[in-house]
Amino acid sequence: MILLPSNHNLADKILKLVSWLCGSFVLLFFAFLFFDILLQGYERLNIEFIYSNPLNAGREGGIAPMLISTLLLLFLCLAIALPISMSCAIYLAEYTNENQWFSRFIRRSLSMLASVPSIVMGMFGYAFFVISLNLGFSILSGALTLAAMILPLLIRNIEDTLRNISNIHRLNATALGLSKFRTIFQILLPMSIQGIFLALILGIGRAMAETAALLYTSGYVTRMPDTVFDSGRSLSVHIFDLSMNVPGGEQSAYSSALVLVLLLLSINFFTHWIGRKIQVRSIT
Amino acid sequence: MFLHIRDSVLFFTLKSLSGISIVSLLFIIFYLVSESSMVLSKINLSHFIFDAGWYPIEGQFLLLPMIVGSLFITVGAMLLAIPVGIFTAILCQFYAPIWLSQTLQRIIEILSGIPSVVYGFWGVVVIVPVLASIQAPGTSLLAGIIVLTFIIMPGIVLIANNAFQEVDKMHIQNAITLGLSRYSIIRHIILPYAQRGLLSGTILQSGRAIGETLAVLMVCGNVVQFPGNIFEPVRTLTSNIALEMAYAMDEHRSALFLSGLILMLVVLTLILLAERIELSAKST
Repeated sequence: MILLPSNHNLADKILKLVSWLCGSFVLLFFAFLFFDILLQGYERLNIEFIYSNPLNAGREGGIAPMLISTLLLLFLCLAIALPISMSCAIYLAEYTNENQWFSRFIRRSLSMLASVPSIVMGMFGYAFFVISLNLGFSILSGALTLAAMILPLLIRNIEDTLRNISNIHRLNATALGLSKFRTIFQILLPMSIQGIFLALILGIGRAMAETAALLYTSGYVTRMPDTVFDSGRSLSVHIFDLSMNVPGGEQSAYSSALVLVLLLLSINFFTHWIGRKIQVRSIT
Repeated sequence: MFLHIRDSVLFFTLKSLSGISIVSLLFIIFYLVSESSMVLSKINLSHFIFDAGWYPIEGQFLLLPMIVGSLFITVGAMLLAIPVGIFTAILCQFYAPIWLSQTLQRIIEILSGIPSVVYGFWGVVVIVPVLASIQAPGTSLLAGIIVLTFIIMPGIVLIANNAFQEVDKMHIQNAITLGLSRYSIIRHIILPYAQRGLLSGTILQSGRAIGETLAVLMVCGNVVQFPGNIFEPVRTLTSNIALEMAYAMDEHRSALFLSGLILMLVVLTLILLAERIELSAKST
């Protein structure tokens, strides 16, 4: 941010007024949305809501199976996406430069993969994982679909972290006669652990907000999932179902939305905290 | 190629795992094409534009109202979100005191992480009743435009912030030294320099907007028709997929995959366009 000189001709005043109007509109909207969800959702939010099963199509009772399904989805999705994205990021950052056709091809596919609309991703997941691979409506199908969605985000962030490591460390390692394998696993990866963690959390945030891709992959059964081959309804799908298909489900939807927003808010604060730690470390 | 056998193994593992992103993109395109080939082989393309209506079971596949619905909602939301977003970013960068600018950026970041299903739910319980009191039924093109505006606005502000920050500080310093007014600096130095970044960013954002599904589905009423005015319900391509995937068979199902393919092609075109603009910005 650069401080511009403040002088008060008419055009400047108008621009100032308009941008203040727009900014305060955004602020007001945020306050309205947040406090509306907070106040309305707070009524039904208690410990029981968190750990009990939904009753009466979700109008009463709690959200325990949705929380468990969401956690299972996230865990599986990261377990699938993390090894792939780390390999890809290491490959891109340590073995290629921007002029090689294969790395350009990967980058191009990643930017396209990142922008596939989530409903199209859901259709693909439905046709491929659910039907072709015969996994059925299951948490596994949902997690595989989500993994394909967050892959580009993870790869970009991990690659950035690796590229930000000073080349001196690589030169030192080579000078000491370390193999590439050891350089990567004993020097570069330990140095970028916080960055990888940050990428993970960003991925969790993205995956948790996803709804359309899950509708036709992990399904919307409200039962507690026993295994990952069971169908499970994520928290976001629960909000969708309550507000669309269940008359009188608004109260529960408000509370579920509050839980989801609070989870995402804590993820946001967590990422900032880690981000600051990385900055501090890179300065010292 | 490498001295240690471990290094070669690592290299080939990484390289082959990197290919997964390419493979998944190809799979997505392959599935969309192969599933929609059935309807394409049986029915002439003109049917999607000239049929009597959308009665997939009777073999009438008029996709045009949905395409028009998607287009109206996306264009409407972009028209509202772009100016508000850019002015908010101008406030953030040039007019607000530092504490406010930081808070505002943080809030925008949080807003961009809120799941679209929460915005959609909020639209159902707050915006639709307000619109219904003006003109029934409330679930309408306008409701969709409003909700989508809120969904994409944080992204636009983030893009504009980035574009403004990338303007060479040297030019701004020179302008300040020459005694230009704040308005002239923003209008004649910063905006022209940030133009390309703004353009490519908003194009990408419009790709996300056109792919938005459930939030739009929740507030638009989903009647297949050409909307006569903004208070009439519409159905978008994306919500059509989400609504009918569950029970669609044969040609009907294939037609849904075709609409997925259309969405995918639109989004890919937008990405290529945005990349082209960014490249041309670099070369000048």
